[in-house]
Amino acid sequence: MTRAAEDDLDDAALTAEGLSPGGAGRVLVLACGALAHEITALIRANGWSHLDLQCLPAILHNHPERIAPAVEAALAAARGRYWSVFVAYADCGTGGALARVCAEHGAGMIAGPHCYAFFDGLDRFAARDEITAFYVTDFLARQFDAFVTRPLGLDRHPELREMYFGHYETLVYLAQTEDAALTEKARAAARALGLAFERRFTGYGDLAPALTRITP
Amino acid sequence: MSDQDDDIILSELSDDDLVAQMFDDLYDGLREEIEEGVNILLERGWQPYDILTKALVGGMTIVGNDFRDGILFVPEVLLAANAMKGGMAILKPLLVETGAPRMGKMVIGTVKGDIHDIGKNLVSMMMEGAGFEVVDLGINNAVDKYLDALEAEQPDILGMSALLTTTMPYMKVVIDTMKEKGIREDYIVLVGGAPLNEEFGRAIGADAYCRDAAVAVETAKAFVARKHNRIAARA
Repeated sequence: MTRAAEDDLDDAALTAEGLSPGGAGRVLVLACGALAHEITALIRANGWSHLDLQCLPAILHNHPERIAPAVEAALAAARGRYWSVFVAYADCGTGGALARVCAEHGAGMIAGPHCYAFFDGLDRFAARDEITAFYVTDFLARQFDAFVTRPLGLDRHPELREMYFGHYETLVYLAQTEDAALTEKARAAARALGLAFERRFTGYGDLAPALTRITP
Repeated sequence: MSDQDDDIILSELSDDDLVAQMFDDLYDGLREEIEEGVNILLERGWQPYDILTKALVGGMTIVGNDFRDGILFVPEVLLAANAMKGGMAILKPLLVETGAPRMGKMVIGTVKGDIHDIGKNLVSMMMEGAGFEVVDLGINNAVDKYLDALEAEQPDILGMSALLTTTMPYMKVVIDTMKEKGIREDYIVLVGGAPLNEEFGRAIGADAYCRDAAVAVETAKAFVARKHNRIAARA
């Protein structure tokens, strides 16, 4: 598998603004911006022309309480414009709120607690039961400063590192692609947090079957 | 808060101005300045309990309110807490010596599977600041650890914290086990953590959900007062 980001998507824009729908497909995939590269790659690889991708700002990851309201607003805005909508989020820290929104709107969503779990595979992730692992994906490795360093104030106050990460042991990089430069970036992130580093290649995990199940 | 902090000599300020300056220094997370302010007030004959409540807790309450209102963010709150910790480290042994009032006792810990303790630590600190004795069980606590601590410490309050939606249901395991053992009503159970809300607190059978550290202190005080009133009425 090669680098997923062989597209013209801008990571900073995906983080802060998301991605507007292209308007071509009859089924809307309403996704987290952190999944835009992977979903785009899967759409291209499989010729899923029935799918239209829209992304909400990936930075919602840092504010899970805002995810369900944001998805609900987007679902309301998309009403009547598509045959169906699939929400490419897992629970993502919403405590079931997102599942309730999806059920109310008749939209499907990805099973599992978060993208780390569905990239790794739900059963395998649950069996690991790792409570001292701090996970990053390809997207989060690329946007590490936007998601971790700056929001936590570590650029201004590195002395806070222990308060945030003192109980973590390992930064686990769940790699969707083979990318040596990105692996180095993830390794540097582990160093910055004072954690051991582990890389696990996951590919797209359960994301591909979840999208495969969407029918026009 | 102020651009002129470098020009201020703390020891030259009046008591009122010094306390106001300590509010500013707490807000700005200046630990050394807070430690200096505490020592100056002690030299001036202030009671440790008064320094704690009027200068430190008072300043930290402003920080907490601005965090709640979205003016301050987590890094600033942590820096302020770190500054307060510096002041409390000086005051803690003196509080014991001077017989400061005790509000009650709390056992607190983050639940099993969860290693996040920033919120719990803030609550512990503010509860201590409010005069509670706090027994901190740390992170990743299984039900037996909570129950053992309840038996050994006989606190008024059990506090449980979780940051993850995947770990917060464990609070119900602890409360249900307390019910099974017939000890649930012996304790005030307070819960907190970013993904929780009042509805969740009610659903799992806690006495209250506490949105932040300041709310935890006020809730604890109210419940302990009610408990004491009940005991007094029975006597």
